[in-house]
Amino acid sequence: MEMLEVKDVHKSYGDLEVLKGITFSMKKGETAVIIGTSGTGKSTLLRCINQLHPPDKGEIWLDGENLTDPKIDINRIRQKIGFVFQEFNLFNHLTALRNVSIGLEKVKKMDKEKARKKAMEELKRVGLKDQAKQYPAQLSGGQKQRVGIARALAMNPSIILFDEPTSALDPELIGDVLDVMKSIAHEVAMLVVTHEMGFARNVADEIIFMEGGVIVESGPPKQMFQNPKKARTKEFLGRISTLYGED
Amino acid sequence: MLEILADSLPQLLEGLQTTVILTILSLILGTLFGIFLAVIRIYGRFPLPYLIIIYERVLRGIPLIVIFFLLFFGLSQIGLELDPFEAAILGLALRSAAYQAQIFRASINSIPEGQMIAARSLGMSKLSSIGYIIIPQMLRLSVPGWSNEFTIVLKDTSIAFSIGVIELMRQGRYIYVSNPDSTLTILLIIALIYFIFVFSINKGLSYLEKKYRMSGFEVGVER
Repeated sequence: MEMLEVKDVHKSYGDLEVLKGITFSMKKGETAVIIGTSGTGKSTLLRCINQLHPPDKGEIWLDGENLTDPKIDINRIRQKIGFVFQEFNLFNHLTALRNVSIGLEKVKKMDKEKARKKAMEELKRVGLKDQAKQYPAQLSGGQKQRVGIARALAMNPSIILFDEPTSALDPELIGDVLDVMKSIAHEVAMLVVTHEMGFARNVADEIIFMEGGVIVESGPPKQMFQNPKKARTKEFLGRISTLYGED
Repeated sequence: MLEILADSLPQLLEGLQTTVILTILSLILGTLFGIFLAVIRIYGRFPLPYLIIIYERVLRGIPLIVIFFLLFFGLSQIGLELDPFEAAILGLALRSAAYQAQIFRASINSIPEGQMIAARSLGMSKLSSIGYIIIPQMLRLSVPGWSNEFTIVLKDTSIAFSIGVIELMRQGRYIYVSNPDSTLTILLIIALIYFIFVFSINKGLSYLEKKYRMSGFEVGVER
C-alpha cells in the first residue's frame, strides 16, 4: 500500500512556477532520495508535503488522508511528518534534551517525565547521550543535526523529510549524520533531498531526479546510476559524482 | 546637613516605597501589554497591526504629564474617576508599553525565521509556537533594551508628583516647603536616592543579561 502519494503538485511564487506537476509515491519504511540542481524545486516540494507552503494545485495523501483538504487539522498531520533542516533550526533557548522533548510535551501532551525519558532514548539512538544538557550553541554542526534528527524521530512520524541535511556541515562531520540516517532507514520512511551520492546509491530504495520543477526520471539506484533512460539524468549524475564522489 | 538627612530620611524612604511600588506595578502592566502589542503587531491579522502602529505613535508622541492629566482630570469629567495612584500606574504603563512594544518587536524580528518554521513543523499551533519558542527567546534578547526602559519608568514616576501621588519627590517637597533652608540639601538627597536606585538596577540587569547569554544563545550567529 502507498503511504505517501503526491499527485500532480503545482506551486508558484508570484510569476515563478517552481513545481510544474510533481507525481510520485512512497511505501511504508521506504527511503527515497531527491536529487537535482539547485533552484529546481526540491526544497519547495518538501515544504508542500508538510503544508508549510501549501501547493496551489494537486493533492498530497499520507496514510490515506488528503493533506490538501482545507478542513484537515494540519497540526495533527505535521506530527506524522518529521522535518530535518539544512540549517538545523534547533530551538536556541533549549538544551538538546528539551529540543527533543518539547514536541512530546507541548504537542503530544505527554507527561513531562515520560517525554524527557523518551527524548533521552532518542538522543542515545543518535549517539548524543552525553550532550543532553548542552545548548545548541555548544554543539558542533554534526551534533546539532543529529539532535534535529532525534527531535523528528521522537514524534514517531510516518515519514521524515530531510532538506539537504548535510549541506551546511564540514566534510568530516557529514559521516556521523549519514550514519544515523542509515541506521534509521526502513524503520521510518525518509524522503531526502541531498547531493550525497554515496548515500543515495547505498541507502535509497528510489532515486528521484528533478529539474525545472518536474521529475525527469526516477527509479532504483542501480538503474539510475548504471542505466539511466534519459540523457539529462546521465549527464547530471556524471557531473555530481565527480563533484561529491560516489561513496 | 547630617541633621537634615537624619530628620528627613524616614519621610523620604516612605516616598521611595511608593516610588518603588509605582515602578514595579506600571512595569509589570507595561511589559505584559508591550509583549501583547509586539506579538499582535507582527503576527496579528489586518487591521490589528495598523491599530497598534497608531497606538504606539500616539503614546510616544504625548508628554507623560499630559497623559497623566488626561487620565486623572480628563477622565473624571466623563465620570471615570481614578485616584492619583491608579492614574499614575495606568499612564506609566500605557506609555511604557508603546516603547516596550518596539523593543520586543525588534527582538522578535532578530529571531531566525527557522525557529518558527521548526516549531510549526513539529505540529505546534501558531499560538504555541509564539508562546513556547518565540517569546522565551524574545525576552532574553530584550534584556538590554528593557533595562533602559526600566530606569526611564523609574525616573518618570517622579512626574506622578504632578497629579498628587505622594512619592519620593512629593515627600521631599513637603519637607523643604516647611523648612525652606533645606531645599538644596533635600533635592540633592533625592537625586542621590534616584541615582543609587537606577545604578543598582542597571548592574543587576546586566548581570541577568550575561547570565542568560551564557546559556548558549546564538541568535545572530546563525544568519
